[in-house]
Amino acid sequence: MFNAVIAAAAGTETRNPLLPELYDIIWSGLIFVVILFFFWKLVLPRMQKLLDERAEAIEGNIAKADDAQRKAEAALEQYTAQLADARAEAGKIREVARVDGQKIVAEHREQAVAEAARVTASAKVQIEAERQAAVVSLRSEVGTLAIDLASGVIGESLTDDAKAARLVDRFLADLEASEKAVK
Amino acid sequence: MLPSATGDGEFHGPSINEFFPEAVLFAGSPFEINRIMLIRFLAVGVLLLVFWLGTRRMKVIPTRFQSIVELGLNFARVNIAEDILGKKDGKRFLPLITTIFFMVLFMNITGPLPFLNIAGTSVIGVPLVLAVIAYVAFIYAGVKKSPGNFFRNALFPPGVPPFLYIIVTPIEFISTFLVRPVTLTLRLLMNMIVGHLLLVLFFSATQFFFFTADGGFKLFGAGTLVFGFAFTLFEVLIALLQAYIFALLTAVYIQLALAEEH
Repeated sequence: MFNAVIAAAAGTETRNPLLPELYDIIWSGLIFVVILFFFWKLVLPRMQKLLDERAEAIEGNIAKADDAQRKAEAALEQYTAQLADARAEAGKIREVARVDGQKIVAEHREQAVAEAARVTASAKVQIEAERQAAVVSLRSEVGTLAIDLASGVIGESLTDDAKAARLVDRFLADLEASEKAVK
Repeated sequence: MLPSATGDGEFHGPSINEFFPEAVLFAGSPFEINRIMLIRFLAVGVLLLVFWLGTRRMKVIPTRFQSIVELGLNFARVNIAEDILGKKDGKRFLPLITTIFFMVLFMNITGPLPFLNIAGTSVIGVPLVLAVIAYVAFIYAGVKKSPGNFFRNALFPPGVPPFLYIIVTPIEFISTFLVRPVTLTLRLLMNMIVGHLLLVLFFSATQFFFFTADGGFKLFGAGTLVFGFAFTLFEVLIALLQAYIFALLTAVYIQLALAEEH
């Protein structure tokens, strides 16, 4: 193939590759214009559209994520608020309970004190009654004892109960009178 | 290094005339079509098809094919336009930079592709047209940014002592307004021409050594074949690299024009 080419060109002079042929320039220029418009009006706008869409998609996702973040934050805030409310409520209830407890304790203490007072009073009354009874029985016993003693001393039986009783009473009355005088 | 002629099989090295193949259609007219023009059409057809299909139904979650197309477009957008020009100006000049990058890439890659075997950019038309467009683009960017001051700032940089303008101004003029488009054109063109010539040299030498040369010389064929294979891979890298460099330098020139005002 080469030989044929060389043979064909053999007759002609060697061409200078730096000197352009007219057809070469024309075709090159035409091709350039075609490709330029192809890229300018078709390919690059399509590419730009794609890039915009892609950027939009990315931004959309970011917006979605932001939204989710915001929602989560709102929920957290709400929960925190609820928690604080619950704490306050619990505190209030505890305070009320404490006050109630104090009141109950105070009431019980009062009741206990009253009960104690009542018990003391009744005990005192009973003691008084018993003392009275003791005094009464003591008086009669002391009287009998004294009469017996005195009978022995004076050698005569103070058989006459009436007389003896009178005597004892007089003695005791004297005794009481002397006690009073001492006082 | 060339072995002597043996019989009728003479070794023919590659020639520069390969870049001017016979016309297929419209011979002699301004719309002449030859093999290289057909390869360009094919490259452009594939480019349009890939990007049309790849961006037809774009989804937020990309398919595998869409990912690859996006990768390419993002490379031009992020690593070239926005890196050099920033977000705002990067967007303004994105169609231009994307076009330059992919046009050069798809036309370069036909060089190492089997059955095509020559880069669409290995004829001066495409590199020249693109360099002129880059040239117009950065002058446009500068003039639009500071209508009155662009050429003054470019040729008489502020902050330089006036007497130095005798030296600085011609240097600035040559480097900014002459060297830039010329180097843009030649860098790409020469890379592609030399790449093609190298591959042709290796493979035609392999052919010659294997089938025409005598005895011991046949061994050389294995060496040239290995080199041919390695350089084919290298050409793929060069194809990518030159497309990147062309688009990057265009962006850099625009950026320098925009930053000219201080």
